[in-house]
Amino acid sequence: MRVMVLIKATEQSEAGEMPSEELLSQMMAFNEELVKAGVMLAGDGLHPSSKGARVVFSGDERKVIDGPFAETKELLAGYWLWEVKSLDEAIEWVKRVPSPMPGTEAVIEVRPVFEADDFGDEFTPELREKEQRLREQTEARR
Amino acid sequence: MPATAINRTIDAVWRIESARLIAGLARITGDVGLAEDLAQEALLAALEQWPESGVPDKPGAWLMATAKHRAIDRLRRAEVHERKTRELGRELEIRGDVESPDLAAAIDDPFDDDLLRLVFTICHPVLSTDARVALTLRLLGGLTTKEIARAYLVSEATIAQRIVRAKRTLSAAQVPFEVPGHAELDDRLASVLEVIYLIFNEGYAATAGDDWMRPELIDEALRLGRILAELLPSEPEVHGLLALMELQASRSRARTGSSGEPILLLDQDRSRWDWLLVGRGLAALERAQNVGGALGPYTLQAAIAACHARARVADDTDWERIVALYDALAQLTPSPVVELNRAVAIGMAFGPAAALELVDALGSEPALRSYHLLPTVRGDLLVKLGRAEEAQAEFERAASLAQNTRERAVLLERMAACSPRNGG
Repeated sequence: MRVMVLIKATEQSEAGEMPSEELLSQMMAFNEELVKAGVMLAGDGLHPSSKGARVVFSGDERKVIDGPFAETKELLAGYWLWEVKSLDEAIEWVKRVPSPMPGTEAVIEVRPVFEADDFGDEFTPELREKEQRLREQTEARR
Repeated sequence: MPATAINRTIDAVWRIESARLIAGLARITGDVGLAEDLAQEALLAALEQWPESGVPDKPGAWLMATAKHRAIDRLRRAEVHERKTRELGRELEIRGDVESPDLAAAIDDPFDDDLLRLVFTICHPVLSTDARVALTLRLLGGLTTKEIARAYLVSEATIAQRIVRAKRTLSAAQVPFEVPGHAELDDRLASVLEVIYLIFNEGYAATAGDDWMRPELIDEALRLGRILAELLPSEPEVHGLLALMELQASRSRARTGSSGEPILLLDQDRSRWDWLLVGRGLAALERAQNVGGALGPYTLQAAIAACHARARVADDTDWERIVALYDALAQLTPSPVVELNRAVAIGMAFGPAAALELVDALGSEPALRSYHLLPTVRGDLLVKLGRAEEAQAEFERAASLAQNTRERAVLLERMAACSPRNGG
């Protein structure tokens, strides 16, 4: 199964504090371990929300709100995509992540990824086609 | 933590740690079978103790320490036994061989490539392919005998026996626990890659049973391929095999219809392909080509798969390039199956008549006599040439040869579609 591992933001990450060299090298070592175990599919760190934006949908209106956003604990600082045998395996790997925000409480959330089959017939050929185009564009930029 | 939660955690720890644990123990003991026994004893100890004591901070280190203690216990028992034997005045000379004087030293001297040694040892050509597959899934994949048996639709006892025999064969043949030297490397690596691809194919095109695919084997083979690509980054065919598997696996979701029937490549809804895997496959192919040297058979097959992956719709497929790649593959690994695939590509690139000639020439191949894809391809070409009646007979023959229930149903449908009553 595929899981998305979400690293929640903290005050430091939202303040744009870069991780220490020590943490960076620990993270690199951990990522290498994930790759060596055949678990890692993708992963990246995210800039603080001050560099991002939100689009709020209400009725026909599309309202753009620039960051930063207040609710720090609900924000994200990074993510991984992993291929694992079970949620338990993912949890076991998460326990081995070097503490992402030393000195403060940090939270990492694990969520199984929906497979297209989970949508059943709701996922029409037209929707699939659109999804494909989107994915191709995304892949092309990698 | 309740006992069931602890057991699930132990399963997960085992999944992550078992291969390295067994590999480390095999280096110390020089015996893969013994190493697995010791690792299993450590696992049993965890199952006994962790529900009381809780999961240790470094569960992998705990398992290794426990297994090492068992190893030392065994050695001491062996020494006691040996001393008694000596007191009886027998076999004095072999003492030097039997004793492992550097055991304590060896225990604290880990090597990074233990895992690689394990890979080569359990895929040693002295073992049958069935034995290599079972050992690989069990020792490298960390799968239980029950899981392997379920994936291969055989009884647990069959797999258990296969593993016991395989371990015995390795001991009897005194297969050393080492990475093969330069002279031997190509052949030994071919044996490893074959095992991983066999596992993948059993998952991707289940040869028997009611399911067209068994995803757990696909995932396992991919994981093993990704691990191997890290262990042997300078071997192009390792990346070639990984590229081939990633690209083929990217189509898994599109290969079955809503009622589980197989959908062939050119009829697939490409939006259902897994584009993350496509990207990974193309990247692995690039690595294979960048490492240098002539393209090997896995890399060539991956390059063919990449031609399909790069075509947004089936009509965009570069069939002429595929023909050229099959030419190269046929030269490297001549086989009737490759020729059949080459004929299909020629049919797509240059028309069905040219392909039919080639396929007809393959009709007398003994290796293809009971291969259902030969009449399938022939039927397909005959349909394109408007020869429905002959096509019908070919699909009927193909259906009678297919072992997979789902595949057979599709072939019977195609046969029915050729009937004059259905408009040919």
